[in-house]
Parts: sequence; structure tokens; C-alpha cells
Amino acid sequence: MYPRPFHYHRASSLREAATMLSQLGENARFLAGGQSLIPLMKLRFSNPSHLVDLSFVPGSAYIEEESGALHFGALTRHGEIENSATAAMIPVLHDCAAGIADVQVRNRGTIGGSLAEADPSGDWATVLLTQDTELRCLGPKGERTVPLRDFITDAYTTVLDHDELIREVIVKIPPKGSAGAYLAFKRSAPVYPTASAAVQLTLDDGACKDAVIALGCVGLTAVRAKDSEDALRGREIGDKAIAAAMEAARTAADPQPDMRGSAEYKRMLVAALVKRAIQIAMRRARGEQVEVGHIYA
Amino acid sequence: MPDTFEKVAIQLRVNGKSHSLTVEPRMLLVELLREALDLTGTHVGCDTTYCGACTVILNGAAVKSCTVFAVQADGSEIVTVEGLEKDGKLHPIQQAFGDSFGLQCGYCTPGLMLSTLQLLSKNPTPSEKDVRKAIAGNTCRCTGYQSIFKAIQLAAQNSKGA
Repeated sequence: MYPRPFHYHRASSLREAATMLSQLGENARFLAGGQSLIPLMKLRFSNPSHLVDLSFVPGSAYIEEESGALHFGALTRHGEIENSATAAMIPVLHDCAAGIADVQVRNRGTIGGSLAEADPSGDWATVLLTQDTELRCLGPKGERTVPLRDFITDAYTTVLDHDELIREVIVKIPPKGSAGAYLAFKRSAPVYPTASAAVQLTLDDGACKDAVIALGCVGLTAVRAKDSEDALRGREIGDKAIAAAMEAARTAADPQPDMRGSAEYKRMLVAALVKRAIQIAMRRARGEQVEVGHIYA
Repeated sequence: MPDTFEKVAIQLRVNGKSHSLTVEPRMLLVELLREALDLTGTHVGCDTTYCGACTVILNGAAVKSCTVFAVQADGSEIVTVEGLEKDGKLHPIQQAFGDSFGLQCGYCTPGLMLSTLQLLSKNPTPSEKDVRKAIAGNTCRCTGYQSIFKAIQLAAQNSKGA
């Protein structure tokens, strides 16, 4: 399958890429890892006249720890995050990176591209919503910092201007006693998850001081399950609190029925993922090392 | 007047051999390999980033060549299934796939062998889980995977010290 013909441009810096996109107009798009854009172009769902390739921009892929936060260059590939000891300082990031699609896609797809794509079934937005995450965005007019919670406004829609891109993703390292887990359920490796759940818990003497819960693939964007968080916050996390958090997650989910399952099935699934993620996050918050991967059908 | 789409000059090394070509921007890497370089061992299966039949190694990393534009491979080093054999001798991975009956129709086999190459180059002693994870992006419709799995374990054993 061939996409429609297009003009190809290679940027030597991200600022130059933004300026190029601005000059080339509405039918131009950035090309990062291409693992969503190229399939969309082959199916002719997306037909840009110009592509501005970011993948040759030097210094746009890196993982660094700086003043209590991890900084990811937007062009950092999922596979690089999966295999990075620095990124592993926040285990939930490894949970996510190591489970996205398959080896081949993780070797190409980028964290910045995934967030800018804002696919409702994408993994990164769900996980990073439970973290203190900021995006450094760059356009021809300059740079701005956007908290992730304000970044995605609808399915495939972000606050980015047409000629603006993500330059860097910044995730604060959680304090001691705070830990997360991310679980996604997939029918097979290369497909998007059927549902996913990310949980971040902060424990204080066994009681839950704070909880942040986000659900993926069950709405037009990743969903913050605030009632699930309230069911845990300030309580001892036992069977009763977990059952209440699950019930609230079922209600917060607003899934579309599709070939992956009915809406009711997805609500049940996401509630079960919330339960498991809470249990893993608790163990991690107590200092235990727990390995987590995406769950296959 | 119809728009004209400029071709792009690229250079790349495939199986150790340098090539300079001029390609349409929309040409996919798999088509460059198969049509321009006549390396038809790399297969097109689903053409939708699912099946992994088109897997090749690009700068040391397994990729689905149906989901990479040829222009993105400019300056890169590529290994295809044709690059595995050396001096008429099968690569230990190829030998193991044969010895363990790790193929039936053979359509997915080049992709699986290149996924194996990436796995063993980074992890010469993979666990069972490592092997299963490494080939999760390669679909086989004949074997049920068990014999492929055994072939990869055998390849790992035979590659020790190689």
C-alpha cells in the first residue's frame, strides 16, 4: 500500500522544523517515529502534502535526571525508555514502555509522537496523567510549558498549534512512599490495549495519603477516575476500599463497544485492572520490587 | 498543473554493501529492498504493522520495514535475511530453524530470524519469557510457535562463543 505522494523535508533542529511547518501550511505534518502516522497514511486516512521529518534532528532523544525529575527528549523511542536504568527510577514508566506494541514498534515509536498523536488507546497519556508531568512545547513563536492534564482535550486533539511540537517530556520523581503501577490488557502484542489502568499511591503508615488513578481506552481521552481516588484517599486500603474504587472506576469509564469487546465488558475489565494496579502499587510503595507487564488475552 | 514530488537521494548499506539511490518520499523501506535491490527474502504480510513478516534490522534494531519510509533509512546500516548466510554457510539462527523444524510455509521465517538476531545480539542467554517477548511482534499462521520457540533456544545455545 502506498500513501498519497508527498513532499519530504528534513529538519536539522526542532525550531527549524516548527518554522518549516508554519511556512508549508495546513497540509504539512511532523513525522516522528511514524508508527501511527505511516499506517494512517497507507490507509489514506491521513493525506499530508508535506512531511517534516524530525528523526534526523541531533540531540532530540535523551533520558536525563535533573533536579528531581526525569527529562525525555521527545524523539526518545519506547524501546530506549524500556531499557534505560535512568527511566527505571520511576518503575511505572518501565511498565508502560516495555508493553507498548512489540519490539519492532518500540524500536521506532517515540514518547513525544505518542503524546502528540493523543490516540484514546495510547499508553503514555494514561500513565503520565498519574504522574507530575509537564510538556515543553516549541513553536515558531517560542516555547511554552503545558501540564499534561491540560494538554489532551479530545480524541486525537491536543492544545498544540499546527506548527507546534513537543520538545521534552518532564516527569517528577515521586517521593519515598509513593509508587505506581500500570496494567494494560491486550488481545495480542501488536494491537492497542482493550483497556488499561494506571494507579499512583502515596502511603503514610499504611494508610493511603494520596491516590491518583487514570483509565485508558475507555473514553475519548485517558480518564481521571477521581471517585476511585476518593474511595482510597485517607483510608486503610483493604478489600472494602478496593471494591469501592473498582465500582467508581466502572462508573467513570465510558467505553465504546468495538471488536475488542462490549462496553460492559470493558467496564468490568478496567475495574479489574484498577484492583490489580492498586495491589501492585501498594507493594511497591512499601519498597517491594514488582515486575509488571502488559497482560495478553 | 499537477504537483511534482521531488525524489530524494539516499545512501544506505544493506548486508554490508553500499547503495546510492533516488527514491520517491512515499516509498517504503520494504519496497526499496524488494523492488529496487531485488532482496525478496523480506516479505510483505499484512502491510499494516501487525505481522512482522517484513522485519529487518536497521542500525541494530528490529523494525517493520512496511512502516518505515525509505528516506528515513538514509545513512543507515540494514541487515536482511539475505545477510545472515556467510560464505555459503548458514547462520546459526538459520541452522537452528531448520534443525528444530521452526518453519512450515516459511513466509514469516525471515522476520522471525531477524527478531531472533536482535534478541541474541543484546541477550545471548535469553529466558523463556525473553524469547516469547522478543517474537511477540511476529505472526506465524502454521507452526503454533512451539517449534519456533525451540529453534530460538537452540540458536542461543549454538551461538555461544560464536
